[in-house]
Amino acid sequence: MKIILNNKEEIFDGDQFTITELLKVKKFTFKMLVIKVNSQLIKKSEYDTAIVKEGDDVMVLHLISGG
Amino acid sequence: MFSLHTPESGDQYRFEIQLTGVWKVEYFSSVKSFMPNIVYVQIFFKFVPMTFEEVKQVLKTKTVGIAGCGGLGSNCAVALARVGIGRLVIADFDLVEERNLNRQFYFYDQIGMLKVAALKQNLFRINPDVRVHTFDIRLCQSDVVEVFSKCDIIIEAFDKPEMKYMILDAVHNYLPETYLIMGVGMAGWGDNNLIKSRQSDKLIICGDEVNAIADKCPPLAPRVGVVAHMQANAAMEILLGANEHQIHAEK
Repeated sequence: MKIILNNKEEIFDGDQFTITELLKVKKFTFKMLVIKVNSQLIKKSEYDTAIVKEGDDVMVLHLISGG
Repeated sequence: MFSLHTPESGDQYRFEIQLTGVWKVEYFSSVKSFMPNIVYVQIFFKFVPMTFEEVKQVLKTKTVGIAGCGGLGSNCAVALARVGIGRLVIADFDLVEERNLNRQFYFYDQIGMLKVAALKQNLFRINPDVRVHTFDIRLCQSDVVEVFSKCDIIIEAFDKPEMKYMILDAVHNYLPETYLIMGVGMAGWGDNNLIKSRQSDKLIICGDEVNAIADKCPPLAPRVGVVAHMQANAAMEILLGANEHQIHAEK
């Protein structure tokens, strides 16, 4: 499947992923993440069930310290 | 820069031309050649051209909330006060310390003062017309909603990731019509071109999204200031109605 991840096109094997699977494939292990799929905010409790599929626009934001 | 889009349906060809100072120009033609048979022309402005007096007329009717008055919040507030924002709602629980002065908009003689009180003082010295509402509290979700509900835009200017998440969640759930401009990644120095911004609906992220604070990567005036001013700049863009203004001229 082809998705937009953080404004860049990326291609993955498989038709769809859960958020948990996507994070694993991308090796995103950071704890404070904000994830939006097609502008929809995905809560942590939904990472195992929320689906990313062909054509989705995914934002993975690492909330790092500083301000 | 010039591009042609072949029509999917109908009989008009869409041309795009990019001009300096103008976001894009489109014109529609009934034939597939550059100049003849123009049906209509659309000019999209990246921003509506305005004098500073006109800018101030718009901004004085607007309210911006600033969550946290450290490096991001204090510098962003100052920038917005200088351009004539009508109202600022500022919130922080902290006191000014000497170690803050490497990046935060406070003075040596303000050490020990509440940040919101010191910032209000400084904003008043720059532009006495700005109405500043101060909240000396450590914000929680219900405070965010209460304190910032009347704001056109909220600037997230916390240092801790947990607080950044808290306000994002609160605004998303309870103030979905309000823009939230976050600062993410600004520690260290150099790497100008790593600093950027991106938007997803009413959420705007400014920063490099990479450089977290560490012992050997402290937050310092230049880079924190860049991000704080990017946040102020993004706020102006929204408040002055960018992306919405266009001229449509039929032949």
